[in-house]
Parts: sequence; structure tokens; C-alpha cells
Amino acid sequence: MPDIAPLTMPKLGLSMTEGQVAAWHKADGDKITAGEEIADIETPKITTALESPASGTLRRRLVGPGETVSVGALIGVLADPVTPDTEVEAFIEEWRARFAAEKAAEPEAAAPEQERVATPYGPIQVLEAGPAAAPPVVLIHGFGSDYQSFLLLQPLLASRLRTLAVDLPGHGGSTKELPGADPASLAKAVAAAMSARGIQAAHLVGHSLGAAVALALAEQEPARALALTLVSPAGLGPEINGEFIAGFLSARRPRALASVLAMLFADEQAPVGHEMVEAVLRAKRLDGAEAALSAIAAANFPEGRQAHSLRHVLADPARPVNVVWGRHDRIIPASHAAGLPPHVKVTIYEDAGHVAHMEKPDHLARLI
Amino acid sequence: MPKKSFRQAVNEALRQEMERDPSVVVMGEDIAGGMGAPGEDDAWGGPLGVTKGLLAQFGRGRVLDTPISESAFIGAAAGAAATGLRPVADLMFVDFMGVCFDQIFNQAAKFRYMFGGKAKTPMVIRTMYGAGFRAASQHSQCLYPVFTHIPGLKVAIPSSPYEAKGLMIQAIRDDDPVIFFEHKAMYDDEEEVPDEAYTIPFGEANFLREGEDVTIVAIGRMVKFAREAADQLAREKIDCTVLDPRTTSPLDIGSILESVRETGRLVVVDEANPRCNMATDISAQAAEQAFDALKAPIRMVSPPHVPVPFSPALEDEFIPSVEKIGAAVRSVMAAPARRAA
Repeated sequence: MPDIAPLTMPKLGLSMTEGQVAAWHKADGDKITAGEEIADIETPKITTALESPASGTLRRRLVGPGETVSVGALIGVLADPVTPDTEVEAFIEEWRARFAAEKAAEPEAAAPEQERVATPYGPIQVLEAGPAAAPPVVLIHGFGSDYQSFLLLQPLLASRLRTLAVDLPGHGGSTKELPGADPASLAKAVAAAMSARGIQAAHLVGHSLGAAVALALAEQEPARALALTLVSPAGLGPEINGEFIAGFLSARRPRALASVLAMLFADEQAPVGHEMVEAVLRAKRLDGAEAALSAIAAANFPEGRQAHSLRHVLADPARPVNVVWGRHDRIIPASHAAGLPPHVKVTIYEDAGHVAHMEKPDHLARLI
Repeated sequence: MPKKSFRQAVNEALRQEMERDPSVVVMGEDIAGGMGAPGEDDAWGGPLGVTKGLLAQFGRGRVLDTPISESAFIGAAAGAAATGLRPVADLMFVDFMGVCFDQIFNQAAKFRYMFGGKAKTPMVIRTMYGAGFRAASQHSQCLYPVFTHIPGLKVAIPSSPYEAKGLMIQAIRDDDPVIFFEHKAMYDDEEEVPDEAYTIPFGEANFLREGEDVTIVAIGRMVKFAREAADQLAREKIDCTVLDPRTTSPLDIGSILESVRETGRLVVVDEANPRCNMATDISAQAAEQAFDALKAPIRMVSPPHVPVPFSPALEDEFIPSVEKIGAAVRSVMAAPARRAA
């Protein structure tokens, strides 16, 4: 039955075990093109669009809006419009039986857990996933975030790459003692975490402040950065949304924080769930976190401007560089992607904001 | 992140603050064990094991066994706090507080005020509360409304292990006397708790979920029940906000009123006896300040006005349940909309 394709509950994040179909954007009988957004999938952390893996007609939706099912469970079926109903039914039955048997036979492998590695700068929290022998990718989050920034991207990369998401000093589960608040100092801690995990060189993926840290690392130790993928990077221009930085620092309650985090997305209806907001609040409550974040904000983004320019690091034509931006970035304007050297591959997503790695994880994964 | 029990979370908070600040001491009955008698050191770690291990790390100078005399050691803690230490005293069962009323209400609570702001009293009184332990009416009460009534005291009632650690560290660092309530049926509850120290500010309610239909305010152990009820109600398409005030003094009435103005319906769940409890207090404030927003009568879910029964069947019936919370929410949803004047 090659003309029948299953739609299954995706795994959004390494620890996700079940998800809810929040809404269908298509009805039974609609013609679908591969890559089209077909439904919204919701977890307590985030809501994201499910892109159709194939083209065809949506023949059956098996899970209603608001229903929760296991990761990998069948939620719908695509098929050719002429495929008889009986064949579609047979496919569903066979698929479900196989899924149940597989689930029973093979209990879900434990999700990789974050760990703290000792470095000369203090403990640094990392989350490693993917085959140890595969080429390494290091993921560096933006200001105020942590490894969970790569909740959607990391599992996609980990299927073929060794991924190491690193919490910057002052952030997440890492030390709150800063080696220094500028990108160059933070980069030293990232390099130390890489060494602690036996990674000498890697493709560095940085978001926002994390991209500036990746650039600083490439400048300090060029051999460590085999390639760069920079998502809405800091360090390429003077503007930054000071209101976001100040709002993030002062927000202590879920609602206030949720409205600040909404600025990260192109969509005003931010897909950030209760658990994600709570995780950020909890990180901010740790002893020393507020002081560290304030110091980083003051050193990098004083009075709504960026203090460090790292454009010159992109001059080396030998290192492949992707720069990725959302047209609707409300934190750092996409205009900073203009005028980069010709070897830098620039991708602008028309319908994304400051967090293309959360808004367009599938596209971004294909670029890396 | 590691999962920890409520008991471990409180123990870790005490340990980390004792490591950080040498003026923090703990005191109470049986918390060191074996003092002045041929007994085993640290045999119990307090009645339910919360202070276990502190004696070995900090010694008898900072982990003090006390005589069975609450009036003596709570008074000693208040005096120690006024003169430079940060004592954490274990009052064991809140039911016993009657013998140290004066030390708490008239001394510790009043020092700052009576001495023109020149004195501070950074003491914490840890105490167990709540029914469901088959411990009968003298060891099962929820007396937090009594402490909430007294200006000068702060009252924290954590609803989970994460909350317990953050609120305990905040309580120890606070310069006013804090009564810290631990529900005896919650010590084995587990959840992810960071290894690092962190604080949860007093007077900031926690929104556990947000819904448009009904605001459920719940205290302490009742937060878990309210959340479970809200999950069930969501399947009936009744969308609830669940709000945990975290501290009853100070009380974040602002967040409660804000939520009531959005939903127009309020259910307050309180395990304390129903006369003059937190449910009546919160309901009165909502009725006074957000009456115009109410679409239905406020409902309170509390036990009856009787001592906690010793009979297990009656005790189970006494405690507010997920079912009773669900029924209260359904009843406010069914109440007719107000008639236009």
C-alpha cells in the first residue's frame, strides 16, 4: 500500500511521551502537499504545527481535537483519493496492531538526562543526545534561556548527529559565577564544557546571545568551530529590543513572563506552554541567577544597544556559515543579515520571529 | 533533574541554609536524639525524619534537642532570633501551639512593632498539620487561620516539594517570624527539585493552570486535589484556573481578585475547620471587592465544624476531596446568570 501514508504524533522534545492534537487545520477529504501545516500539536511545554510528511488526500482523522495520545500513535491517514475505504481501514488496523505490539515488546528507551560537568569555571549543565561516534554539534542558547531552547531542534539533529546543548554560565543548571559577562568569557566556559565531553571541534549552533558566544569561540579558538549556524544572532549590528531584556529581568510571575516570552515569536499567540514559562521562572529563582543575568544584560545589551560587534569573525571564507533569521524578529532586526560576506548563506523565514529554531525546527535541522 | 520527596526538600533547604549562614540553628523535640541519655544519636531526625543527618554535619551546637516544653523552647527561639541567631524551631504538631501562644502571638510577633522597628525576629517555626494520618483530633488540625489572624507573623503553606524548598529558604532568610506548615500526608510526595538553593517570594500566588470558567483557590495539600479536580473538569469542558496563594500572610489577594474578575466564579478549598478559616476570609474579600464580577455565588469546600474524627471512615469523609471540589465547581457553573437590574 505505497499510496497510504500515516500521520503520527511527533516527539517534541527528548522527554515527550504523549501529546495532544490541539486543532486540525485540514478536514477529511482535503488535498495536502508535503510540508503543509496540517494540525497543531500541544504539550505542556509548547504548541507547534505538524507538517505533513507526505502529499495526498487526508482520508481519516483518528484523534479529535483535545485528545491526548502516545508519541508515535496514528493520528490520521493520507492516501490517494481513489484508494478504496476498505484499504484505508485495513491500513489503520494493521498499523495500530503493529504499533501496540512494538510498544509492548520494546519499552521506551529512557530519555537522555541533563548532567553537570565540572570545568575550571564551575559546573556547566549539558544535555547530550545522539550517536557518540557521529559528527558533533554544540547548541548554545540565547539570553535568559537554557538547553530547553533546543527542545524541538535537538531531537531532530540527534537522529544523525552527536548533539551537546550547553547551559551558559548564569543560566539553567550551570554555575551562577560568571567567568566574565561578555561573549568571549562565556565562550571559554562553552569550550571547557566541550573539552570535558571530549569534543575538540564541532559545528556550533548559536541562538541570539549564544550566536555571539559561538562567534567569540570561533575567534578565540578557530579550530573548534568547524562550521557555524547562527539563529537571529547578536553581534552583527547595534540594535536590540531593550524592552524585552528589561521585561525579562523584572518578570517574576507567570503572566508577566509569558507576555515577555511572546515577543520571541512572530505569532502574537505565543505557543509557549505553562511548563515552559514555569521552567524559566524556576531558573530565575535560583540563588545568583538574577545577579548573573543582570550582569550579562549590562555587559552585552546596555541601554537597548549591543555592546559587542563580532562581524569580523565571519570573514574567513574557509568556514561554512549559515545565518538564519525570522522576518518578524522583534528582538534583533533581520536587517542585520544584510551585507555579510558572500560565503555566508543567509536564510530568512518570512513567517518566523526571533526563535526560528522553535518556529521552523524542521527547516533548520535540514540546514545543519 | 532529580526527584525529591517533600521531606528531602525541607531537609535540603535546612542543610543548605545552615551551610551558608552559621547563625542558622535548628531546635526541637527529638531532632538530635540521644541527648543526655544512653540513646542513639540522630535516631529519628525529628518525629518524621525531616532533620535526619543534620546532627552529624553540624553537631550539637547547632542541632538542639529540647525538653518536651513548647513554651520553653519556642520562647528560647524567639529570644535567640531577637539577639542574632536564625533559629528554626520544630513545633512538631501545630495542635500543641496552645501552650506557647504568648511566646508566638504576644512576643515574637510584636517585637518589631513594640520596639519601634529596631528589633527583628528572624525565626521559623516548622509545624505539622492536617488530617488523613489516623492521628485523631489532637494531632490533625489545620490551625493556619489562627496564625494568619495575627499581624506580625508570616504564614507559609507549601503545596509540593518544589514549593517547600523555595519557601523554606525564603522563610529562613526573612527577618520576621514565619510559621511554616508541613502536611504530614505530603512528606512522601515527590517531584523534581533543583539541587541548588532558590527562593520563592512570599505573597505571590502561583497559577497552576489558567482557565476561563472558574477560579479555584486552594491551600496546602488541597492544591493537589484542586488540580486533579480541574483536570477532570477539563474533560467536561469546564476550564478552571487553579491558584495556590503559597502564603496566607501575606496573602496575594490581588492575584485572586484579578482571576475572579476574569472568570466571575470562585471556589475556595480549605482543609481548616469552616468557621473563620482561609475560605471565609478569601470569600469575604472577593465578595467585598469583586462582587460586580461574580456570575454565581462563591462556594467554599471545607470540612464540617467538628473535631477531626478518629474513625478512619469518618476522617476520610471529613477531608475535602477531589469529588467535593468537582461538585462545587459544577454547582457554580450551573448557577443561573444574574438577572439584569
